Amino acid sequence: MQQIRVLIGKEFRLEWRQRYALNGMLLYIVSTVFVCFLSFSLRRNQLTPMVWNALFWIILLFTAINAIAKSFVQERAGRLLYYYTLVSPQKIILSKIVYNTLLMLVLAGLGFGIYTLVMGVPGEGMDMPLFVVNLLLGAIGFAASLTLVAGIASKAENSATLMAVLSFPVVLPLLLMLIRVSKNALDGLDRSVSLDEIGTLLAIDAIVLVLSVLLFPYLWRS
Amino acid sequence: MTMKKNWWKALAVVIMTYVIWVGLLGTVPRQPILNESIRNVYFHVPLWFSMIILMLTSMIYSIRYLRKGRMDDDHISVEFANSAILYGILGCATGSLWASVTWGDPWPNDPKLNSVAVGMLMYFAYLILRNSFDDELRRARISAIYNIFAFAVFVPLIFILPRLTDSLHPGNGGNPAFGKYDMDSGMRLVLYPSVIGMTLLGVWITQLRVRLRRLRDRLDHVNDALPKAHSTAE
Repeated sequence: MQQIRVLIGKEFRLEWRQRYALNGMLLYIVSTVFVCFLSFSLRRNQLTPMVWNALFWIILLFTAINAIAKSFVQERAGRLLYYYTLVSPQKIILSKIVYNTLLMLVLAGLGFGIYTLVMGVPGEGMDMPLFVVNLLLGAIGFAASLTLVAGIASKAENSATLMAVLSFPVVLPLLLMLIRVSKNALDGLDRSVSLDEIGTLLAIDAIVLVLSVLLFPYLWRS
Repeated sequence: MTMKKNWWKALAVVIMTYVIWVGLLGTVPRQPILNESIRNVYFHVPLWFSMIILMLTSMIYSIRYLRKGRMDDDHISVEFANSAILYGILGCATGSLWASVTWGDPWPNDPKLNSVAVGMLMYFAYLILRNSFDDELRRARISAIYNIFAFAVFVPLIFILPRLTDSLHPGNGGNPAFGKYDMDSGMRLVLYPSVIGMTLLGVWITQLRVRLRRLRDRLDHVNDALPKAHSTAE
């Protein structure tokens, strides 16, 4: 536990020292939102909830892939090797997943803020707590599945293309569930309607989390 | 001796002959809209069943590779995945034919179809991932990891998600399963053998391709060794 905390602290310090990467991510999401806003050339509150919702999650998906893709290329191979002699690989992947979850939450929060600022919120009676829970589950799922895929892609040569190709289909079931729950939240439907989906989301999150922790020890050895 | 080892190939041939014969000529229940196209049940449905079985086997061999590190397990795993992709493509083709007859659209916007398309994307990505490594050991290990991960994500995609939405397929989104009312016991006598026959056929194809791969592997080794032998002789 102590080791994981130190490793997470290390991730934060690393990010802080390479601030351009973090600032790049923040600017990435802001400009993507703005590009979408201008492309639709809309006044506020003109998108239907369905389009609003799909667009929001696609922006988040691209941000997530870009943000998490760098989690293994930021450090030099030699330094990674040094970590592996110190702690078990499970702890490394867990700390990276926790850190990426937090990063995703920050990015999603910022994205949501800007998005609602320029696009407005469609319809009334949005179920905010459900939306936030959904965002949290999404951040965990994205972080868990994409961190492992980033690890896989970083071992290959053209890792940027590979990252996209490998991660889109893997993330899709998660994304579909997220979009459905967040649509329910937007429409302010009764929460019992979304229970099935939330259950599935939790199940998918658990599956990818467990698999990442189980499979990572085989990955770092190569 | 050979019969003892290869009885299952004979079984596959017998079953598939029976399935094709009875499937095309036997009597089937008359259903509105479906009409004679109901015979596709004997081919379309077993393709999917055996595809899942082949994918599962591929994943099991990937796990074995990670545990034991034998190159042969990697060969078997990738060839099972290849056969599964072939079955998936055939399943899409038969389904598309059937859909254009009964639903009036070769690719209706149905969650099950979309899930399968995404599943195919996953396995294509697996093949691309394999090709992006030069080092054999590295390729085997990393693609095994992705194979396991992809199958684990594929299962909820194909079994859980379509059941949560409305689907045209029987047994999903409140539609009654096929067996409920329009499949009589005569059809079952063809469908279940067909699943077994298709799976055996898939295993057979895989076996041949694995042998080809092993031979090629050995040939590479021999070719690598030859010039060395020359230089030492000189």
